[in-house]
Amino acid sequence: MAFINYSAREINCKLVYYGPGLCGKTTNLKRIYERTADEAKGKMISLATETDRTLFFDFLPLALGEIRGFKTRFHLYTVPGQVFYDASRKLILKGVDGVVFVADSQEERFEANLESLDNLKDNLREQGYDINKVPWVIQFNKRDLPNAVSLEELHQALNPEGKIQEFEASANTGEGVFETLKALAKLVLAELKRGSKS
Amino acid sequence: MSLTPQLVLFEEDHKQVVACAQRLVRDANAKAVYLVDKNGQLVAEAGELQGIDTTSLASLVAGNIAASGGLAKLIGEDEFPVHFHQGERDNVHITLVAQRIILAVIFDDRSSLGLVRLRVKKAGHKLSELFDEIFKKAEELDDEAVGSPFAEISDDDIDNLFSD
Repeated sequence: MAFINYSAREINCKLVYYGPGLCGKTTNLKRIYERTADEAKGKMISLATETDRTLFFDFLPLALGEIRGFKTRFHLYTVPGQVFYDASRKLILKGVDGVVFVADSQEERFEANLESLDNLKDNLREQGYDINKVPWVIQFNKRDLPNAVSLEELHQALNPEGKIQEFEASANTGEGVFETLKALAKLVLAELKRGSKS
Repeated sequence: MSLTPQLVLFEEDHKQVVACAQRLVRDANAKAVYLVDKNGQLVAEAGELQGIDTTSLASLVAGNIAASGGLAKLIGEDEFPVHFHQGERDNVHITLVAQRIILAVIFDDRSSLGLVRLRVKKAGHKLSELFDEIFKKAEELDDEAVGSPFAEISDDDIDNLFSD
């Protein structure tokens, strides 16, 4: 849940990038880091294995600007995607304000996407969250690869009701990365606004 | 949502928390004191450490507590409430206050583990009281929805943030 600090006039939100192993969560954060002005970003931290697989999380703090005199800060986290790191994934979801589900468009990762999305739902539920109430978006990553399955197939499998915003991306080239982040940040702020009125 | 309520910190509460942290720095002869929400947000800081990346520090301290909390549960403990990391020059002493706030004290050989533990214990009681009060207020705020800066924002405000 967001942290509102009246003393520093800041609002801090936690966004988590979730998805199967090697789907490009860390790459998303790296592109955001590279393409953000120095004054708007903090240091990026990666707790990774020697082979550069995420071990615990990546972390990137961003400052987006002011709303009504309050600085908006977003803390971006990734989770380790590999199936056996489930305990770590649960920990990182604590206090989440919004989720980007990064799906791997490659045919051979189709099942892994489904499994990871189910895992996200389970882990959110375990923390007391309902996925239907948490702001989240889907990113279909690796659209540039030749073995990418059609958007229609991904849509049918991961977002059949079409309730969730979808974005095509190629995190390697940076395409679609900021569109995804902006959409989620907007949803999170809109949720804060809604929450403070209800 | 059934989880922990949003953490809302008002100026007067923040002042009291910072004052308590400053006192702990003096009493424990510490270099710095940080209070971090379990979600990784820095709540307050005090002390002499300049140029340290406090945002990173907060997220790593919270990650550390989260990981060891997971480990504790694996072996049948609820949590490990006290952590100590010993370095060549600087050491970090970490405790939990009010179940949700992490109190990290950085100290060197001008102090000692014994002194830090003693002072942290005393300050911990005071901080627990302060944070219990802060959480109570935040819950009331949740119920009443009064005074939130976000109640008044418009869709345009949100769009403007992304206009560049």
